[in-house]
Amino acid sequence: MKLINEEGLRIDGRKFNELRPIRIEVGVLNRADGSAYIEWGGNKVLVAVYGPREAFPKHTQNPSRAIVNARYNMAAFSVDERKRPGPDRRAVEISKVIGEALECAVFTEQFPRTSIDVYIEVLQADAGTRIAGITAASVALVDAGIPMKDMVVGCAAGKIDGKVVLDLNKEEDNFGQADLPMAIIPRTQEIVLLQMDGNMTRDELEQAVELSKKAAMYISDLQKEALLAKYKSQEQEKEGERGE
Amino acid sequence: MYLDIERKIVLPGEEISLEGMKQGNGIYHDSGKFYSYQMGVLQTYNSYANVIPLSGKYYPVRNDRIIGKVIDIAPSFWIMDIRGPYPGFLHINDTPWKNLDQDLNKILGVGDTVFAKVNEITESRQIWLSLKDAGLRKLEGGHIIMVQPTKVSRIIGKGGSMVNTIKEVTGVKIQLGQNGVVWLDGSAEKVMKVRNILKFIEKEAHTSGLTDRVKKILEENR
Repeated sequence: MKLINEEGLRIDGRKFNELRPIRIEVGVLNRADGSAYIEWGGNKVLVAVYGPREAFPKHTQNPSRAIVNARYNMAAFSVDERKRPGPDRRAVEISKVIGEALECAVFTEQFPRTSIDVYIEVLQADAGTRIAGITAASVALVDAGIPMKDMVVGCAAGKIDGKVVLDLNKEEDNFGQADLPMAIIPRTQEIVLLQMDGNMTRDELEQAVELSKKAAMYISDLQKEALLAKYKSQEQEKEGERGE
Repeated sequence: MYLDIERKIVLPGEEISLEGMKQGNGIYHDSGKFYSYQMGVLQTYNSYANVIPLSGKYYPVRNDRIIGKVIDIAPSFWIMDIRGPYPGFLHINDTPWKNLDQDLNKILGVGDTVFAKVNEITESRQIWLSLKDAGLRKLEGGHIIMVQPTKVSRIIGKGGSMVNTIKEVTGVKIQLGQNGVVWLDGSAEKVMKVRNILKFIEKEAHTSGLTDRVKKILEENR
C-alpha cells in the first residue's frame, strides 16, 4: 500500500507535519467532577474524572499521596469488527501508562490516601486513541479542579513509506513501519509517556520526537482554549442579555 | 476586601508574575518562577496573590461551618459525608446530647443532616466535627440543594451581603455550608425561587457586579 504520493501528500491529503483536526469540549458530563470530550480526526473519546476521593479497595491507599487511577476502555462499537467488551491485555497496559503519565503532573502529595479516578471511554477509534485520551484526560482533570503542574499533552509520530510523519491515522498505523505515541508536559518539555511499535533508527526517533514536541505546543493551546471557552461562553451569554 | 488586579482566569502551569506580592494559595514555584496549579481567577488579598479555583471539591479548613450527612454510625461517633476527599467524624462528646448509653441511631440516623463546624483536622487528615457552638444543630425539615463548594464565598458575598439580600427579599430560611450544601426552609415556591437564584450565582460566580444583578432579579420576581 502506497501511503505517500508523488507530491509528498499522505492518503488523507495531509503534509508530513500536519495534524488531523482536533476539537475539545469541556464539562460535558454533569455528574462527574470533571469531564471532557475530544474529537481527533476519526477518534472520539469521552473522559470523566472523579475525586480526589477515598481510595477503594483500602489496601490501594497510599498514606503519603493520592493515586491516579486511569481506566482506558474501548466501546464494543468503536472499531470495524465488534470488540469484545471488557479490559484486555492492551487496555490494561494503556490504562497503566496513561495513569502514570498523568500522575507526573498532578500534585498527588496534597491528598494522601485518596484516589483520582480517570475514566477514558473510546467511542470511535482511528489510531492514536491513547494520546487523544491523555489530552482529554488532562483537560478533564483541570475541569475537576485538581492541582497540577501543567496540562499533559499527548501526540504521536511515526514512520510510513520510510519517512517520519506526524499523527498517523488508521491506514498509516496498519501499513506503516512504526508508530511512536508520546505525552509531554509542555512547560518543562518533560516526556511522561513514550512507547514505540515498529522499528526506527536513532535519527528517525529523534526526528519523530521533535515533530511531536512541536505539535504538542499547538495541542496545548487547543486545550487552554477549550477550558477558557467554558467560562467565556457564559460571559457572552450575559453580554447578550444586557444588550436586550 | 478583595482588590481585583483584573478578573483574569489562569490555567495550571501558567506563569504568574507576583510583582512584589507574596505567594498565596493556588500557586507553586519552580526554579525561581511562580505558576498557577489550578484553573481559577487571579486575585490579590492583603499583599498575597491567590488563585481562587473555579471548580473542585471541598477542602475542609478549621472552624468552617458545613452541612454534613450521616453515612454510617460507629460505637461512639457518626461518620459523615461532607463532600470532601475525606469523611468527617462527629463524636458524641462534641455534641450537646449526653445519653451515652443510648443508641446513637436514636439521636442521628443514617441520612440525617447536621449543621456543624470543623473542629480539628489531624495530621493523618481525619476530620473531626463539632456541634458545640452557637447556631450548630441537627437540620430538621427544609430542603437541601448542592452548589459547587468553590462558589460558596460568592453566594455569601462581601460581609454576607448577597445571602442577606436573598433572605430579606424572599423570607426563606437559609443555612449555608462552606462545603456547598445549602439548607432552605420556606414555602415550596419560594424555595424554588431561591434555588434558581443560587444556581444563577454559581454559573456567574467569576463575573463582577453580581450582588446588584441578583438584587435586580429578586426585585423583578418578587
